[in-house]
Amino acid sequence: MNALADFFEHLGARATGAVHRLGFATRFLLLTLRNSGMCFRRFSLVMREIYFAGVLSLIIILVSGLFVGMVLGLQGYDTLERYGSSSALGVLVALSLVRELGPVVSGLLFASRAGSAITAEIGLMKATEQLAAMEMMAVDPIARVIAPRFWAGVISMPLLAAMFSAMGVFGGYLVGVRLIGVDAGSFWSQMQAAVDLREDILNGVIKSVVFGIAVAWIAVFEGYDAPPTAEGVSRATTRTVVTSSLSILALDFILTALMFRGT
Amino acid sequence: MMKRKALDLWVGVFVAIGLGALLFLALKVGNLGSFSAAETYLVKANFDNIGGLKRRAPVKSAGVVVGRVEDIGFDTQTYEAVVTFAIDSRYPFPKDTSAKILTSGLLGEQYVGLSAGGDTAMLKNGDTIKLTQSAIVLENLISQFLFSKAADGSSNSNSNSNSSIK
Repeated sequence: MNALADFFEHLGARATGAVHRLGFATRFLLLTLRNSGMCFRRFSLVMREIYFAGVLSLIIILVSGLFVGMVLGLQGYDTLERYGSSSALGVLVALSLVRELGPVVSGLLFASRAGSAITAEIGLMKATEQLAAMEMMAVDPIARVIAPRFWAGVISMPLLAAMFSAMGVFGGYLVGVRLIGVDAGSFWSQMQAAVDLREDILNGVIKSVVFGIAVAWIAVFEGYDAPPTAEGVSRATTRTVVTSSLSILALDFILTALMFRGT
Repeated sequence: MMKRKALDLWVGVFVAIGLGALLFLALKVGNLGSFSAAETYLVKANFDNIGGLKRRAPVKSAGVVVGRVEDIGFDTQTYEAVVTFAIDSRYPFPKDTSAKILTSGLLGEQYVGLSAGGDTAMLKNGDTIKLTQSAIVLENLISQFLFSKAADGSSNSNSNSNSSIK
């Protein structure tokens, strides 16, 4: 009986704890947005963080984009060939990359490559009391440390997703046209006829911006909220990757349901 | 820490590649140049049945894409479908142009085919195309075929029985 009561108490505590954290995270996001004026006046702060979050993620994004595109080319050809419509390979590769795989996979990679690094860095700054030292020197750590990292994530993510999609289309072209021998003309022309600038590409960019905001928000918040111990920082880093991956997938479902309901 | 100049360079390269990728997607994959920016005029047409026609389906004349289906509505007075096309203003059509709903291939997507008439007055923005031909619905076609077969069969058997009576 006592064990049962304990169990429900524990469950309730977890639920209210989650709501508390969500409220704190929202307040933290608003605080970050209010204090981001400084990082746009001193844009070099954001530049530095774009270097760490964006430029250093370049290799992994480009290489995985290429391979995802090549696999799509192979698999798509295999299935389309059965129905005698292998000329639609370009459409398949381009639409699946621009609409879904580009934003989602690059978001997942970005969360594990850059999001975890941001969390670990901020968490360690907090554990070694650098954030407290900044406050002592009357430097607002949110404006100086959090906001530049947040904006760097928001700016880098759409660019990385676009690179991923472009690289994937190129990979699909390499496999489909160069390796298998689908006609290059029908590959490109069918793709161009089927992909719409507003419905497909712009919606993909919107998705990647939303994922960028989500990942950057979760990463800076988990870092700022991390218990100032070695274990706390490591758990916060793990939580960043798990939470942002799950929220990317959930947001992707919601956005897809809103954007592509057919006609 | 890294030199400021090198950092700026790398971030610049990163942003340039990102924008280049977006441009590639817009131009090469999405084909920005061809249609969306061109001036268009809107023309309406009423159809008894539009079959599987969708928004953004192509409007073709002589096989060339001249516009897109902009909107599909339903008229509660006549119980007909009202299809609005946006036609590129580079291609004026005469007033007595007729519109048909056609299918590319046997089971492919449906599109609107325009055949120009001989009128000297041209269609203007907001005009309505009078001559239309509805989509061919495969089920109707099959049932018509079966019906005519059945009719044939019964008339044949009638004539047979008549002859046998004789």
